[in-house]
Order: sequence, then C-alpha cells, then structure tokens
Amino acid sequence: MSAPWSEVIDPDMDADTEVIPRMNMIQALNSAMDVMLAKDPNVLIFGEDVGYFGGVFRATEGLQKKYGLNRCFDTPITESGLIGAAIGMGAYGLRPVVEIQFADYIYPAYDQLVSEAARLRYRSAGDFWAPLTVRSPYGGGIFGGQTHSQSVEALFTHVAGLKVVIPSNPYDAKGLLISAIEDDDPVMFFEPKRLYNAPFDGRPETQVVPWAKHPLSAVPQGYYNVPLGKAKTVRAGEAVTVLAYGAMVHVALQAALESGVDAEVIDLRTLVPLDIDAITQSVEKTGRCVIVHEATRTSGFGAELSALVQEHCFYHLEAPIERVTGWDTPYPHAFEWEYFPGPARVVAALRRAIGA
Amino acid sequence: MKNSPALSLRIPEPRFRPGDTVDFSNLNIPEAGVAPRPPIDVSAKETRDLAYGLIRVLDKEDRAVGAWDPKLDIAMLKRGLEAMMLTRAYDDRMYRAQRQGKTSFYMKCTGEEAVAVAQSMVLHRDDMCFPTYRQQGILIARGYPLVDMMNQVYSNAADPMKGRQLPVMYSSKDYGFFSISGNLGTQFSQAVGWAMGSAYKGDDKIAAGYIGDGSTAEGDFHHALTFASVYRAPVILNIVNNQWAISSFHGIAGGEDAPFASRAIGYNLPGLRVDGNDFLAVYAATQWAAERARANLGATVIELFTYRAEGHSTSDDPARYRPAEEAKGWPLGDPIERLNRHLIALGVWSDAEQDALHKEVVEEVRAAAKEAEKNGTLSEGKRPSVETMFDDVYKEQPWHIRRQAEELAALS
Repeated sequence: MSAPWSEVIDPDMDADTEVIPRMNMIQALNSAMDVMLAKDPNVLIFGEDVGYFGGVFRATEGLQKKYGLNRCFDTPITESGLIGAAIGMGAYGLRPVVEIQFADYIYPAYDQLVSEAARLRYRSAGDFWAPLTVRSPYGGGIFGGQTHSQSVEALFTHVAGLKVVIPSNPYDAKGLLISAIEDDDPVMFFEPKRLYNAPFDGRPETQVVPWAKHPLSAVPQGYYNVPLGKAKTVRAGEAVTVLAYGAMVHVALQAALESGVDAEVIDLRTLVPLDIDAITQSVEKTGRCVIVHEATRTSGFGAELSALVQEHCFYHLEAPIERVTGWDTPYPHAFEWEYFPGPARVVAALRRAIGA
Repeated sequence: MKNSPALSLRIPEPRFRPGDTVDFSNLNIPEAGVAPRPPIDVSAKETRDLAYGLIRVLDKEDRAVGAWDPKLDIAMLKRGLEAMMLTRAYDDRMYRAQRQGKTSFYMKCTGEEAVAVAQSMVLHRDDMCFPTYRQQGILIARGYPLVDMMNQVYSNAADPMKGRQLPVMYSSKDYGFFSISGNLGTQFSQAVGWAMGSAYKGDDKIAAGYIGDGSTAEGDFHHALTFASVYRAPVILNIVNNQWAISSFHGIAGGEDAPFASRAIGYNLPGLRVDGNDFLAVYAATQWAAERARANLGATVIELFTYRAEGHSTSDDPARYRPAEEAKGWPLGDPIERLNRHLIALGVWSDAEQDALHKEVVEEVRAAAKEAEKNGTLSEGKRPSVETMFDDVYKEQPWHIRRQAEELAALS
C-alpha cells in the first residue's frame, strides 16, 4: 500500500530548483520569517517567549540572534496587549508578525482583533489599516487537553475584515506565511501543531514518518509565495469531494486510501477568502461532499461550507452533505483519539456519502 | 469563639445624589503654583507627590504662577481660548441638531475643552493622538474643517467616514487623529504600539493615548502601562478624569482612595495629576511629558482632573443620577472662563472682546452647519452612496462581499 501523499498532484514546485532543502513545518515557518525579516525592514516579530528562546515550538529560533533584539523580541504575557500594540505598529506602517503561543490563549485578544484590527480600515474609510499577521498553533492530537488543543478558526471566519489561513504542509506553510505577512489586511494564520514535526494521518498507532520523506517538505530556501484565497486539490477523484484543511487534509487522504473510495480531496488552505470555484467545480463533478474539521461541529466552519455547497451545487448533489468534526464538548485529555476526527470516522462518512 | 466583626461589603457611592446639596469643600485642592516642576529625567517614584497632588498654574487672582507656568505668548493664549470656544459652540450646535432629529446621537465635551485643545497645541501634527469620543477639540484646534466634522455627525453624502461610524467617531490621519473606536480602552495599548513603531524606526514622532476614569478599569489600561514601561515607548498616556462614567462616579473605578495618576508609579512611569480646567497647567504638563518622550526617556501618565459638565451623551439625563447644580459647584471652574479671566488680568483682553469672539465662533459654526446640511442629514437629503457600504472591509473586495453587494443592488 502506497502512502497517500504519493498521489499528490501538482505540488506547486519548480522542478528546476537545484538543491531544495528538506524542512519540517517549523523550519519552513522559520524560513518564511527569516526571508521576510531580511526583505522588509518594517517586518518585526514579537510574542511570548519568541525572542532569545525562539518560541515554545521553536518557530522563531535564531531570528533574534540573526536580526537583533528590535526585530524579534519577547512580550509580557498579555495577548490583548500585544495585539493592541501590533495594531498601533501596523497603523504606523510596520508589518508586525505576532505569535499567540497557543490558539487556546487567543481569547483575551478577541476584542482587539474583532473590534479593532478587523474594523480599522472600514471604520476609517481606508484612512488607517493594520497589516498584522497573527500566528498561532492550533488543533489536537498532542494530548494537550482542553487548553492546548482547540481549533478556533470559526471564531475568526465569522469576523468581517479578517483573513484566515491554515497550511497543511511545509511548502504551503512558508509560501502562505509570506503572503500573509505581505498582505495589507490582518491575517489569522493558524498552524496545525500536530503537523509541525511530521505529517499525521490520524492513526496514532502508525509509526511516524518525518516530513523529510514527504514531497512537500522540499522547501526552497529563498523567497516564494503561495497566494491566499486559493485551494489546492491534493487528490483527484470522481466519487466524492472532501473539503479539509490543516491536519485533516492528511486524515482525509488516509481515509480515501483505507476506504478505497475515489475521493477528491481539496485542501482549502485559506478559509477567508474562500476559493469557492475550486469547491463548486469539484462538487459539481462528484455530486457528493464530505467536510472534515477538528473544531466542534455547531457553528463550525463546516456549517458555512455546507451552506455554500448547497447554495452553489444543490442541483448536482446526489447525497446529503456529511460533516466529520470534533464533538461538541471541550477537548478531553483522556479521550484524545475518541475526540480527534480520525480516518475511521471519515471512512464511514465517505461510505455514507456514496451510499455504500 | 468569634470576636472579630462580621465582614461587610463596601459599595462606593458618590457624595451627592439628586436632591442633595452640593458641597465640594472636602475636596483637597492645592494652591496654584506650589507643585514643583522636576527635570524630565526624574525617576518615577520621585513624582509621587505630583501624582497625588494637583498641578495648577492659574491662581485665584487669575495670574499664572509657579514652576509649571508655560509662559505662553498672548497669541497662543488667544488661540487656545478661541479653539475652546469654537469647540463649545460646535458642541452646542450639534447637540441641538440631534434634538432636532438631524442625527442619531451626539456627545459634548463641555467643561473639558482645555484637555484636547491645550494638548493638541503642544503636540506636533505628525504625532498621533488616539482620542476617545470627548477629544473633538483636537481636530478643532488643528483647524480640521468644521463642515467635515458635521458631515460625519450627519452621516451625509460628504461624510469622510462614508456613513459607517456613529456620530463623533472621527478619523483623520492628516491631522494626527486616530480613528475613534467607541470600544472603551482598546486604543490605549494601540497608542503605545504606534509610539513603539516610531521608536523602532528611529523617528521623532510621539503618540498620545486617551482613556476615561471609568475605563481605567479595563485590562487595556494595564496592558498599555506595562508595554509603555517595558519598552520605554514615547507616548503620553492621558487619563481624562471627568468624574463620571455615564452614571457611575469615579469611585466605582477605584478613583476615590488613590488618584488615577498614582497608578503610574507602580509601572515605573512618572505620574502627573493636573487641573484639567486650567489651560496653562494642561499645556505645561503635556509639554513636560512630550519633551520626556522625545528625549527617549519614555512614557508619562497624566491624569487630567476635570468635570463632565453635561450628560454622557444625548442618550442620558444626568439629573437622574447627580444633582443638577453639581456642575456649577465644581470648584475648579470652567476652562474657558478661567482663561478668559487670565487674559483680562494680563490686560490684553476684555469682556467685550470675549462677547465679540463668542458671536464670531457661533456664527462660524452656524455657517458651517448650513454648508454641511447641503450634503444632507441623517434624516433627510443626500446620503453616502450605498454601494460604498461594501468597500474597505478588506483592501480588495473578495468574491463573497461582491456577491452580497450585487444581491443588495438587485433589489433596487
């Protein structure tokens, strides 16, 4: 049985690039920030523990040493304060890239993000704006319990004025982060932390295969970008469309493999603005749709996707739209794998969708 | 056996409620001129007496006295007086416009004009103020067109904010006036961030943040002071203590037992408590803080001790929660009246000139209102183009917002 990613099509890579180093997602994110710090003196990085130490997940390792204290520094433990300061800096003309150590800690900053960052351009009729990038690890699969496992994306996709980006592999992580930093709107950049060091197919019992074995760990060292708002078909198929992002992309591919269902798996990559064309083209072809995310189901981003699919593709649908999501409970420590939407649940949904 | 008294909960209450006789004689008001003016590199803890005291310049005989006298020339004093009077005339007109149904909402700064006017005269135009909704005097003192302010209040066809913001939530980058949020406190830490940006770039611009006495209870106050202190940000952090947060007196925010300026000391920031109705004291304290910030010595917290002479907004009636005569009894008087008397004491001004100037500013406001109303009011006449409702959510309009714009357009 071949690994699901051997079926990856069109990996956006320049085949002529000479020696492409292998990077895990952390290294790719680090490389994106490295490239942007070198390219643009207005880019600066701050957050809790990101300076000398390089962040609890090491994403900013070495950047302070390379670029100096001013460019990459620690902040007090105040998510609201550091986002507030970043908005002021953004309005000044800088491009702050801030880290919220865990997405679970982002709530104190919600007022600054929703009432301020997201609204500034609109309420001032374009007079002021704050081009900040908020990086934050999210999601489960790491035995983080309820305060280190949450998927918070829907709290931000609901907010007009914010963009929301979630990569699923090192190549995209670097290219999307560079696009986010260069974007003139505030971008929420959520990083599936279970994927930081290796892909994860949702089967914890399987031996971990490092990113180095994965084609999308070939990450050019220099500048490139992956545009925001563009999804990517990571597995072509005819029977059913699977919409996924973050770690769930890998779970979906594994489920396609295990089920034998000829699924077309779309990695959304950007949730706002959403690549609706990629979704409709696929669902019009397959007539069936399974939506997969880690976040709780009620009012999750899957609800929006489901509504859009029926609005845009109703007359092509041949089966009810399926949602595979986290349960509507806080993330329970002892039941990591009953909670995490693994391949077994996706397989069942795929089978229901095709009426098998 | 229990011999200690039962615990009791304190719920602070203001000294006077409607029906009570107002008597502010308990208020400790130091004489003008007694507060020392330390060098700008003073340590925070040496400002303790300034944070607990009250910096005042204008004395009982309307003379400018003491180390804090900014020694402004007559032209500057007259400019300040005129800007304060224009601000008050503007407020009066727009308040009436709301009562006439021309707009939904209005907020006056009556009694607090010295704060915004004196400060904006100290700060440079490319410094950035992060005002609350009661610093309209900044725009007026800087000569921002009254017509454009009114267009905003009317949400009319010429509204610079395109009808998106509640009245009085102005924005003007060109005039160093950051977009007002309406969420209280949030902009305090943004002012610090903006100032950090200037320091990061090695520029010489500084920021001024504003927060009310009530909103100092928000976490943003703590975040801002922490960041300002930790990163030595070139910012002036102003607490406008006008005694009232809608219907809650300053004691509900913890201002009774320790003055708001004293909060600064624990953050290792100098704290100055200033008679906010004394134009010269506000000017001098702001000048001191601005010099400090520009000298890379960091932030200063200034409590501007003033009094909100009118309601919070057009939506409340202050007679419901405080005695109607409380404003008149405020022992620190009125900023316009005090500066007027000072100019008269200097022998360069007269009541007749004051009356003439009053007529002049009222006429200026009247003419501006006439002009603005040609562009419509909230209740009648031209409105901003409704298609613009979908602009500026993002720099470029994404497909889903474009579709919604089309959906709305299809209805007409």
